[in-house]
Amino acid sequence: MTDALREQALRATLLQRSALWKEAAERARRLMTGRTDDVSDAVRLVDDYRLLAHDLARARRLMPDSRVRSFLESAYAQAHATLYKQASHPGYALWSLFRDQIPEATRSIRSHIVWVLLLFVTALGVGGWMVHTYPELINLFASPSLIATVERGELWTEGLLNVVPSSVLSLQILTNNIVVSLFAYCAGFLFGLGTFYIVGLNGLMLGAVFAFTAQHGLDDDLFRFIVAHGCVELSVMVLSGAAGAAVGEALIRPTTPRRSQAFQQAALRTSKVLIACVVLLVGCGFIEGYISPDPSYPLWTRVVVGVGYWLFMVAMLRGWVFGRSRGTEAVEA
Amino acid sequence: MNGRSPTSLEAPRDEADLVVDSATGVNVSLPVAGAGARSYAFIIDWHIRIVLFLAWFVVATLVYNGSWDLAPPAEPTAGYFGLVIAPGAALYFLYHPVLEIAMRGRTPGKRMAGVRLVTRQGAVPSVPAHLIRNVFRLMDFFPVCYALGLVVVALTKDHVRIGDLAAGTLLVYDRREHEGVLEHVNPAVIGTRLDVSTAELVEELLQRWQTLDASVRQRLARTLLARIEGVAPESISLSESRLYTRLMQLARGSEA
Repeated sequence: MTDALREQALRATLLQRSALWKEAAERARRLMTGRTDDVSDAVRLVDDYRLLAHDLARARRLMPDSRVRSFLESAYAQAHATLYKQASHPGYALWSLFRDQIPEATRSIRSHIVWVLLLFVTALGVGGWMVHTYPELINLFASPSLIATVERGELWTEGLLNVVPSSVLSLQILTNNIVVSLFAYCAGFLFGLGTFYIVGLNGLMLGAVFAFTAQHGLDDDLFRFIVAHGCVELSVMVLSGAAGAAVGEALIRPTTPRRSQAFQQAALRTSKVLIACVVLLVGCGFIEGYISPDPSYPLWTRVVVGVGYWLFMVAMLRGWVFGRSRGTEAVEA
Repeated sequence: MNGRSPTSLEAPRDEADLVVDSATGVNVSLPVAGAGARSYAFIIDWHIRIVLFLAWFVVATLVYNGSWDLAPPAEPTAGYFGLVIAPGAALYFLYHPVLEIAMRGRTPGKRMAGVRLVTRQGAVPSVPAHLIRNVFRLMDFFPVCYALGLVVVALTKDHVRIGDLAAGTLLVYDRREHEGVLEHVNPAVIGTRLDVSTAELVEELLQRWQTLDASVRQRLARTLLARIEGVAPESISLSESRLYTRLMQLARGSEA
């Protein structure tokens, strides 16, 4: 038998197995889309995977430019994706996320939290000093309407509930805060400089506005407005900034052979902190919409809410809210 | 592969393919989608999002107003915000992350463009990967219309945007158009007069015979037969029905 005849015979034999390939492709598709939970299907997929690999290897050699080979490539890729699909346990995954993964991710960026906090506090002090020393610099940080309101001896937050209902205010505030927080994180992509800029600017603005209200005897009122939601809101700003800084550091000082790999690892690790930030900001939004602008709440109530929510944040970031204690083993989802 | 000639275990490698090692030793080859397919999918999705948002806005406003009036209230109210604005905005902004997770790396736009998201291991991305990919849209969108994202797609080897770099994902083509091919080839005819590629062509022409113009199908049939017989196409002077019969005989292996 010549080589050409032998190869033709091999091709014909290979094509006779097409019914098996179709079955394998269909089974992989069923398992991928969750249209079957039959154990025997899952077990047979392993055999299918081997069968497709074997026949694809032959097809690549015997009929490299045929559409049969393309079909096998597709079926093999489908079987591969199905076989390597992670098991889906949404409830367990969520519990594991809050109990173990968020605390571990937060722990991994401890040093970044300290540095970003330092940056924020420094910017706060600098902003306050600038406006205290050169009052006209407030024009750099605040809008003309805000300046005019404070100069009239009023705080811009007074009568807020007469203009916008609490629910609308809450949703507007939490949406805005979440976007700022996500932006502070994503800006870490610019080698951390974006995060540095956003955190620094927010610190400068807060310090400047506090100094400006102090000049008009309204700083107590501003503190009264901020304390209930601000403890967590500002902490979350620092947290998301720290997560962004960790992403930036991964690009500046990669711990893997490739920068892109280091970036990916840092982004996936720190994204868990971001989930916690979003959840906490939802709470902040409601406090800022319902409690902060409502004058009927006395200062002590606001302090209790602010400090209490901050302690809840710490407990959540340590995993205590979800049953994690010191020495608890991590649970894989 | 580094300098070795490809073996049957390795896919004939296209520069644009993602090649993944597998436990069987036969690698998985996935063709990477470029900026065009990516933009096409996005534009379809964007239109779907806009239509969904507008549909929600119109229906919810009519329900809220209780009359054929689409004007928003003079003063913002919690009811209007909760019924009209917030769900509409959620539809618009959560479209990508929610559908990508629910449809395992696809959206209606990606499906129509024939692409899907995979990890660098060829698997379906995890939920955190989907989320992080979508969070980074904030950067990819910068300064307008995904300009930065498109520049990064053009500059990176695997045509990925910043969100994909962060999540370790990439867009590959779904080769679904080849699913029907196995119906087209009769194993019995391979090794007679036809090789696999020609058998595929003959079967496909027969399948599409009725949908093609008479002149086109006759020309294609003559070209194919000439290739099989090893003669010039002009030398085949069969009528249309005889051309069809001849191709059928070849495809079924029943020629005299």
